[in-house]
Amino acid sequence: MTREAYHKSLREAQDELMRLSEMAGAALKASMEALRKRDVEASRRIVRNDALVNKKRFEIEERCIYLIATQQPMAVDLRTLAAIINIVTDLERIGDHAEGIARISISIGDGPLVKPLVDMPVMADKALSMLQRCMKAFMERDAGTARRICDEDDAVDALYDAIYDELIHLMIEDPRIIKDATYLIWAAHNIERIADRATNIAERVVYMVTGKMEEMNVSKY
Amino acid sequence: MGEKITIKRLNFFYGPKHALKNVNLAVGDREITALIGPSGCGKTTFLRCLNRMHDLYPGNRYEGEIILDGADILLPGLDLIKLRSKVGMVFQKPTPFPMSIFDNIAFGLKLNGRRDRRDAAARVEAALKVSALWDETKDRLHEPALALSGGQQQRLCIARAIAVEPEVILMDEPCSALDPVATAKIEDLMSELKRNYTVVIVTHNMQQAARVSDRTGFFMMGEVMEFGPTRKIFTAPANKLTEDYITGRFG
Repeated sequence: MTREAYHKSLREAQDELMRLSEMAGAALKASMEALRKRDVEASRRIVRNDALVNKKRFEIEERCIYLIATQQPMAVDLRTLAAIINIVTDLERIGDHAEGIARISISIGDGPLVKPLVDMPVMADKALSMLQRCMKAFMERDAGTARRICDEDDAVDALYDAIYDELIHLMIEDPRIIKDATYLIWAAHNIERIADRATNIAERVVYMVTGKMEEMNVSKY
Repeated sequence: MGEKITIKRLNFFYGPKHALKNVNLAVGDREITALIGPSGCGKTTFLRCLNRMHDLYPGNRYEGEIILDGADILLPGLDLIKLRSKVGMVFQKPTPFPMSIFDNIAFGLKLNGRRDRRDAAARVEAALKVSALWDETKDRLHEPALALSGGQQQRLCIARAIAVEPEVILMDEPCSALDPVATAKIEDLMSELKRNYTVVIVTHNMQQAARVSDRTGFFMMGEVMEFGPTRKIFTAPANKLTEDYITGRFG
């Protein structure tokens, strides 16, 4: 591989990473939509499609390993590849969390939810926005934005607390809903984890740009 | 580790050509310092300043200071033979003399005024052991050195350099004529050598610099663009030019 082909392949790895983040983000959006609409068929589709996310993750990882093995990347190239290898894991896990929400929706079945979704869609939008802006910061080598995104994780955690408290309260009032209310707590927990993964990605962006490892926001969960 | 050689505001001229410009750099004691940079950047010129090899040709001129163990080696009247026995050199291509393996090493000792044959035998053995060549050559010490493989010849040259007990060993692309196996042996040897010696190596092989050295200097157009711990230079260099060079974006 010539040096030019190497740099092209390195750029393509980043483009593929963006594709993967779009796939994971779309899965989160679709899983929330299916949960809200009680659309079991859409949820099943999300579960099936998770295999594509996993496949894409391995493709990107293999490309990076091949570049490391054959090109001995250094400095910013090496940091970029290290960042990509870490970020694909986070994106793949985000896909798994979206799939988790879809599986919960399937478990709840056709019946109505124990309560209308209010805070959870806000939480999901925040997590998705964090992910999208992290990936933009990755492409733009913007460590400042990546650092600021990490601070937003506290707001997601606060929403999770609110959802948890509300559902516990409902369960105390009416123990017959314990099973379905617990499902919703799990769904909220999946979203909370997605925001944590976005924070991990932000840390990788900062390392890629600055060469310094920083732990930026330790989630309370 | 402290500093073995401190270079301050070094300028060097090949006649009218200003080849090194205001070089400041510190070579760590019993460390490996690697010099990298594109062809013609001045790294070999710099290496050759460290034992004043340039004095072999007329018209060359140094300015600034090269402090070796507290004394400036650029001062006039310096004993160059003494300097070069303290600061040995290994070249790009192996340069064995057309004589036996034993005599190749003993010759250097004789040049340095050590003529005792028994003493020489002990020194030859010690030097060959340090350069990891003893086991391969102990039964053929009186065979021609030119019959050795390229990698063995280069280790012989290293043995010849260390037989006179230098403190600093300069290596000018010591592996460029060697295959990967011989290269790996020389690299292992370098790591051994730094227990007792200070090593400065010029290399075009950046992976080699990254693997073996403790400090790295990046030269370009006669200037040191960046100098620092190897770990930092190859993972997060401070200078954009260094980054562009080591990632292959120019050079």
